[in-house]
Amino acid sequence: MANPAVELAGVTKRFGDEVVAVNELDLTIEDGEFFSLLGPSGCGKTTTLRMIAGFEFPTEGSIRIHGKEMGLKPPNQRPVNTVFQSYALFPHMSVAENVAFGLNMTKVEKSEVQRRVSRVLDQVQLSKRADARPSQLSGGMQQRVALARALVNEPEVLLLDEPLGALDLKLRQAMQVELKDLQGRVGITFIYVTHDQEEALTMSDRIGVMNEGSLLQVGRSEEIYEHPASRFVADFIGDINLIDVTLNGSGGARLSSGAEIALPGGTTGSETQITLALRPERLALYDLDEEIPAGYNRVRVKVSRRLYYGDVHFYDVDAGIGTEIEVKEENRPGVELYEVGEEAYLAWSPEAANLVTS
Amino acid sequence: MNEGTRPRGWVDRLLALNAWVVYLFFYAPIVLLIVFSFNDNENVGIWTQPSLRWYGEMFQDERVMGALRNSLIVAFFATIVSTVLGTMLAIALERYRFRGRGTLDGIAYLPIIIPDVTMAVMLLIFFFQAFGMLDEALGINLSAGLLTITLAHIAFCISFVAIVVRARLSQLDSSLEEAAADLYANRWQAFRKVTLPLIAPGVAGGALLALTLSLDDVVVTQFVSGAGSTTLPVYVFGLVRRGVTPLINAVSTVMLVASMVLVGISLGFQRGAEARGQRLADPEALLEEISAD
Repeated sequence: MANPAVELAGVTKRFGDEVVAVNELDLTIEDGEFFSLLGPSGCGKTTTLRMIAGFEFPTEGSIRIHGKEMGLKPPNQRPVNTVFQSYALFPHMSVAENVAFGLNMTKVEKSEVQRRVSRVLDQVQLSKRADARPSQLSGGMQQRVALARALVNEPEVLLLDEPLGALDLKLRQAMQVELKDLQGRVGITFIYVTHDQEEALTMSDRIGVMNEGSLLQVGRSEEIYEHPASRFVADFIGDINLIDVTLNGSGGARLSSGAEIALPGGTTGSETQITLALRPERLALYDLDEEIPAGYNRVRVKVSRRLYYGDVHFYDVDAGIGTEIEVKEENRPGVELYEVGEEAYLAWSPEAANLVTS
Repeated sequence: MNEGTRPRGWVDRLLALNAWVVYLFFYAPIVLLIVFSFNDNENVGIWTQPSLRWYGEMFQDERVMGALRNSLIVAFFATIVSTVLGTMLAIALERYRFRGRGTLDGIAYLPIIIPDVTMAVMLLIFFFQAFGMLDEALGINLSAGLLTITLAHIAFCISFVAIVVRARLSQLDSSLEEAAADLYANRWQAFRKVTLPLIAPGVAGGALLALTLSLDDVVVTQFVSGAGSTTLPVYVFGLVRRGVTPLINAVSTVMLVASMVLVGISLGFQRGAEARGQRLADPEALLEEISAD
């Protein structure tokens, strides 16, 4: 069986005596995977990437790329290439010279260099700008040059450090699709660092969520979103209601208002404080005399705010539990609107909820 | 009230007058120096008729030409060595973390602050001691001369080069060097292909500044030069003490023109870099500040 693309085992990085940037990270990234490291700034995701690239070295632990121990190998001896957040294009070289840099350093034959550079520039649709200086290009074009400059070397792993951060929203969304397609075509393992959960969710095969130097959860986008393993992951990814409940010993729980609700099947325990994580789009409002699907939880609430987002309406509703619960309803024909002050039932399927600790 | 047609008050007039007076104060001596270098009379202050007589005498004066030759030799080696060492110092202080860096950083520019005379005296004592030890230990008999002048010039030029190069280096995104390493360049290739071309305007500016400083120095040179190793500025200083002739005017005019050409070329490098779309480092301002000294 082939070795995984990247293996991190017990990787710890300390800066000085105080700061622990990355804490005992164990992670295996499979060949051909689009893997995202997601987390807030300062969570250690960029340090992790820089250790794989060879710009930083682990204080403890080992990093293997396709089974080979990287140890203290400098960046130029590693089979990986990086797309930098600032692009880091060489300002004194043309686009073509930038792209050819890696091939020239590895003593690839001149004609071969030319062939590969023109092919990769074709792929990123920049053939016409081969002689331009980076400063003459738009942000989106510079981004594609940075990508081409890395991909032309056909690295075993491509490392991307928030490459879309500097682009505006429309361009960023277009590039998300483009990057994902490109990764599928070239079949290279991508490790993508981002703090943008939407980017991570749309592009990744798997996501690793990090906070304060630790890897909290690794899984496919759906797993991370639907079944967050901790309060942090639930809160960091998407909108979510975190409601403190007390287990009642019969597979259900009690809200602080006293209302009893059902929990996902298989929940046991009693008199334990636990947090219920509920996505706003999994909640719905019903008229007081309307029929609610069988088995759904129902809690009587009062609408305290309604926000119009165009495609959706956001409601804040008061269920008498101290904090307001957010509900997201799609703006479709036939979906009834509730006015501020109106009373209604808040309902959800018990299986839509997640129980998270800490 | 319309700002464009605001009537000029007395403050504005005073400031304008001040500007003219300051410039007169700056440039009148220079104009006088140049004008009288073309004066035929033996006496500096008395105008007779224009001539190139003193320029002719200057080029035939063996002592002037000898001093000029010494100046050029010293400046050539001092510039090359101080540019290389100053650039290396700038890179070390700007890019690498090592034990004692903070202290070195703090005292790197001390040679710029130390008064010339202090620098001269300490270098003189240092050479005297070092030569004594060399003579005793190895039997090498060195004496003051062009070598000591060159070493002394290197000593005070390094800091200036380091300042100018570092100003440029600090504006260079360090991820460019990382990108080079990421694209399989070893340390030397990354420096040669990426760092050096990008800091080249700073290095060139630093080198020309070192050249100018070396060519102009009187105080330090006078202390550490031995018999028969006089540089041009020191020779001119000696001439003045024996009475001013228009020969001095001619020599000074040539030195002035040479300095201006060097500074002009240095600024040209900076502007060129700017025109090529690279961001301009601060050395230009520094250069002007320092050469006004």
